[in-house]
Amino acid sequence: MLAPSRPAVHRVDHLLIAEMVRAGSRVLDVGCGDGALLQLLADTKNVDGRGIEVSRERVNACVARGLSVIQGDADRDLADYPDAAFDYAILSLTIQATRYPKSVLENLLRIGHRAIVSFPNFGHWQVRGQLLFTGRMPVTENLPEAWYASPNAHLCTIKDFADLCRVTGAGVERAVAFNLKGQKLGTWLPLTVHNFLGEKAVFMLTRHVLPHRP
Amino acid sequence: MSPSSDYIDIPDSDPLRLDCDKLLAPVRIAYKTYGTLNADKSNAILICHALTLDQYVASEQPVTRKPGWWEAMVGPGKPIDTDRFFIICPNILGGCMGSTGPASLNPNTGRPWGLEFPVITIGDMVDAQVRLIDRLGIDQLFSVVGGSMGGMQVLEWVARHPERVFTAIPIATAAWHSSQNIAFHEVGRQAVMADPDWCQGRYLEFGKVPRNGLAVARMAAHITYLSEEALHRKFGRSLQDLAAKTFSFNADFQVESYLRHQGSTFVDRFDANSYLYITRAMDYFDLAAEHGDVLANAFRGCKTRFCVVSFTSDWLYPTRESREIVQALNAVAANVSFVEIESDKGHDAFLLEEPELFAAIGGFLNAAAAKRGSRRA
Repeated sequence: MLAPSRPAVHRVDHLLIAEMVRAGSRVLDVGCGDGALLQLLADTKNVDGRGIEVSRERVNACVARGLSVIQGDADRDLADYPDAAFDYAILSLTIQATRYPKSVLENLLRIGHRAIVSFPNFGHWQVRGQLLFTGRMPVTENLPEAWYASPNAHLCTIKDFADLCRVTGAGVERAVAFNLKGQKLGTWLPLTVHNFLGEKAVFMLTRHVLPHRP
Repeated sequence: MSPSSDYIDIPDSDPLRLDCDKLLAPVRIAYKTYGTLNADKSNAILICHALTLDQYVASEQPVTRKPGWWEAMVGPGKPIDTDRFFIICPNILGGCMGSTGPASLNPNTGRPWGLEFPVITIGDMVDAQVRLIDRLGIDQLFSVVGGSMGGMQVLEWVARHPERVFTAIPIATAAWHSSQNIAFHEVGRQAVMADPDWCQGRYLEFGKVPRNGLAVARMAAHITYLSEEALHRKFGRSLQDLAAKTFSFNADFQVESYLRHQGSTFVDRFDANSYLYITRAMDYFDLAAEHGDVLANAFRGCKTRFCVVSFTSDWLYPTRESREIVQALNAVAANVSFVEIESDKGHDAFLLEEPELFAAIGGFLNAAAAKRGSRRA
């Protein structure tokens, strides 16, 4: 009954998250899908990991693999968790599919000492180009479904997400954008360039805003 | 007493203190074991049985001569693997397969207890099991597993003895018995009590059995264990060995014949007063009420790893009641997995061949065993 061994091909955002997370920490992965990130974090960082996933089939597959996962929904079920229950609350490529991204983010920041959020960047040049030149909703590797079949309800750009962080009072500890080849964009590049060349982004947030200088 | 079971006796000198505040002794708890207890006694799994089941979880039931009730789940190479784990399945306190219950002799009168038997609770059943586990010299159970009323015992075990339960698998159950479920139980109890052969609970003294009443109780209950879809698929409106309706009250329909059979065979293996007491224990079960009306308090601080399981077509213990347990566990940041299994077989699905259920429980136990291994290393 042992879980089949999986190919060791990991998503670049997962590898970055695994690099960000402290070994032995407590992690909640919201929208954990097939459990690939939880498995990676368990294997490489020995975390105490939990997952929430909306698809019943995926949940059952995760549990059969030995991961602690419950069937649930980011919009509805995060409210059950107590404050600061986890070191990290992770939302990977999921926020765009939630109904209330702002309250989901607020809950992540409440439940975790840190929140890690990755999302497809709707400001990427390919997306902009498709919309500009075809006049149709973009379909890319990160956004593979037609608009009517997509679970995505709240797509945003890197700049938009940075705005949401300000609105929710989240402090950005680290923000990384990946280009089409999965390479990290240099941190010296301005936000506008990240927003143009970044295909997806990973933000590590704290609920404590750094003190403002007037 | 069934000769094919082991048993322990709880002596007069150390009686059970029941939730009703009465003392009960002597008490006998009959149990079956499968597999081998390892040297450090760390591989024991306690299986808690449901309302009308017994300790014969993976071996032939001596009365019915039928295979064990969970042989699909428990055995060599099965999800609950007897090659790796030591399985303990006791007959509950109040039962009628060798453990002390209302059919046992009351030592004060020399007659069967009947209605003089104290009203017991799920917690009392667990306390009796604790005595058994103590006697076997086991500090911590690797897992406590049970479906339906067995799941209530699982929850009560964690609530009362969190440090003694490494993993808990409550299946198709709830943290409190719903009004609808109490209502169905009351129908069953009234059917038993309305049978003149019940003799105010003293039928054993008069050499009688309230067969009709208990059979009707079982028939009504059996419907609640299935689903409309399963009944329809199995029987539809088919007639029983008939070309046409008989215009009588015979069992024309297959479903009627099936229920009558379920009722009459049940009477041969189950004690009517046991049925009253056990259904009452389930009705009284409300884990939240025992903990200041906040279910999460029952689990505060517990390190137990949970795997909660429900079934889509179970209307007796619907998924939302399992979800309530999960919410309470999340509220204290407990380690919990929760799977809802797609099945059209109703509440009874937990006893049947459900590959998704087996995969979930097998995977959960494997991972927990690995976790415990690494912790000890």
